[in-house]
Amino acid sequence: MSLLSVQNLVLGYDNHIIIQDLNFTVNAGDYLCIVGENGSGKSTLVRTLLRLHKPMEGNICLGDDLKPTEIGYLPQQTVVQKDFPASVREIVLSGCQARCGRRPFYNRQEKQLARQNMERMDILDLAHRCYRELSGGQQQRVLLARALCATQKLLLLDEPVSGLDPKVTAEMYDLIRDLNRDGITIIMISHDISAAIQYASHILHISKKIFFGTTEEYLKSDTGKLFVAIESGDSIV
Amino acid sequence: MFEKLIQYLQYPSVQYALIVGVLIALCSSLVGVTLVLKRFSFIGDGLSHVAFGAMSVASVLHLTNQMILVLPLTVLSAILLLRTGQNTKIKGDAAIAMISVGALAFGYMLMNIFPVSSNVSGDVCSTLFGSTSLLTVTLADVLVCAVMSIVVLAVFFLLYNKIFAVTFDENFATAVGTKAKRYNLILAVIIAVIIVLAMDLVGSLLISALVIFPALSAMRIFGSFKRVTIFSAILSVTCAFLGIIASILLSTPVGATIVAAAVSAFFVCLLIGALKKEKHT
Ligand SMILES: Nc1ncnc2c1ncn2[C@@H]1O[C@H](COP(=O)(O)OP(=O)(O)O)[C@@H](O)[C@H]1O
Ligand SMILES: [Mg+2]
Repeated sequence: MSLLSVQNLVLGYDNHIIIQDLNFTVNAGDYLCIVGENGSGKSTLVRTLLRLHKPMEGNICLGDDLKPTEIGYLPQQTVVQKDFPASVREIVLSGCQARCGRRPFYNRQEKQLARQNMERMDILDLAHRCYRELSGGQQQRVLLARALCATQKLLLLDEPVSGLDPKVTAEMYDLIRDLNRDGITIIMISHDISAAIQYASHILHISKKIFFGTTEEYLKSDTGKLFVAIESGDSIV
Repeated sequence: MFEKLIQYLQYPSVQYALIVGVLIALCSSLVGVTLVLKRFSFIGDGLSHVAFGAMSVASVLHLTNQMILVLPLTVLSAILLLRTGQNTKIKGDAAIAMISVGALAFGYMLMNIFPVSSNVSGDVCSTLFGSTSLLTVTLADVLVCAVMSIVVLAVFFLLYNKIFAVTFDENFATAVGTKAKRYNLILAVIIAVIIVLAMDLVGSLLISALVIFPALSAMRIFGSFKRVTIFSAILSVTCAFLGIIASILLSTPVGATIVAAAVSAFFVCLLIGALKKEKHT
């Protein structure tokens, strides 16, 4: 059975429909990129998958062994975080909330897990640094380590490279690809179509006409061809 | 001067004032860190105006125990305000301003239409600066304050990690199953209770100051949530203590003196923070 399947989903705010007739499935090990213009509803879709937002219609089915709280999430940055006094360790540890449940304090395994994930993201030396003093790329690694504390299975990433310089962006993409190779399913929002084509196994393109399929199928489709043409046109100019 | 101080410290009323002041300072600084970070710095002010409005309704209705009306109304407003959170149309600060100004005007109007006491502007002034001088608190006040502080401290200690998670990133916390709404609710009730109990003793000006300044001061210097919380508690308690002592020695108004101490501490922290940054770069 698939890890996640979405059937006839309709999304919107206050009776104003943003996306309709959305259908797609994600299998374990997939790397799905969600692309589309600003305001097309990508973040709304991800928030809906996380049950932060109610769909107007339709179903989201999770695979048998995936609990809703076992999804790791890397949100678009919010204003509150910009000047928040929190150490890297405190933030990564807060990824263990679901494991911790009603218990008031984190136990040894959870602290160990946080440490492992900081090591995995290569930020162990920053553990006691203040989050707001880190560079954009380091901050994203911290939030990724936090997301990894919440899940072994599925990561939802909302524009993980926005605001990063090209070198750090490439590192971030490689990091995410490595996580995918380690067996973690990835759903990533990006408006960088060339990166999506390079890394993703599947693409969901949200616009008036929704496309969902493998990356090869996308390159052959009308939407895909159009976009690739525009993109390559841009890079020539 | 020193002898005078020792002599004053013998008086139970001075001792009570110190205990109550320190406890209120402690509780309000603990919730203060979260409130400031959630952009709710002015909730103390807003809620005390609500409490003032409720109090005037209660006195017009000649209720003997005003708390029956004041506490539930304030708690309710706190819940409504904190619920506005990250994803609503009216943002937190605007909602607070609306409720705050509305309740103050409403209460003031009621008191003028149905004058219960002869000194309306005196009553209004006292909600800002404390109705009683801190030196008239009774043993009963001290006990109520002590119980409240123990409850607040216990709740804060047990929910510390959840409060951090929900304050830092409500969406992430909710996505991984933390009941953000529930913790916001608990926080709202705590802050409302602190305000209702403390307003009568120290006034809304002081509560707001004790919510805002220690948290902001600590944030200048420290970069982890735990350190900021602990340091702001220490700072707040110190300012309250020194402020009360100073006000006795210099015969200045208590609330305003504590606020002045907190403001000076803020500027010291600002300086230390700037120096610290300089050293880093
Ligand atoms: N909380 C909200 N209330 C009402 N409309 C919203 C809200 N959040 C987003 N929208 C609208 O929904 C649309 C999709 O937004 P979003 O999902 O953030 O797009 P994307 O992430 O693709 O840029 C936008 O038109 C936006 O204005
Ligand atoms: Mg978005």
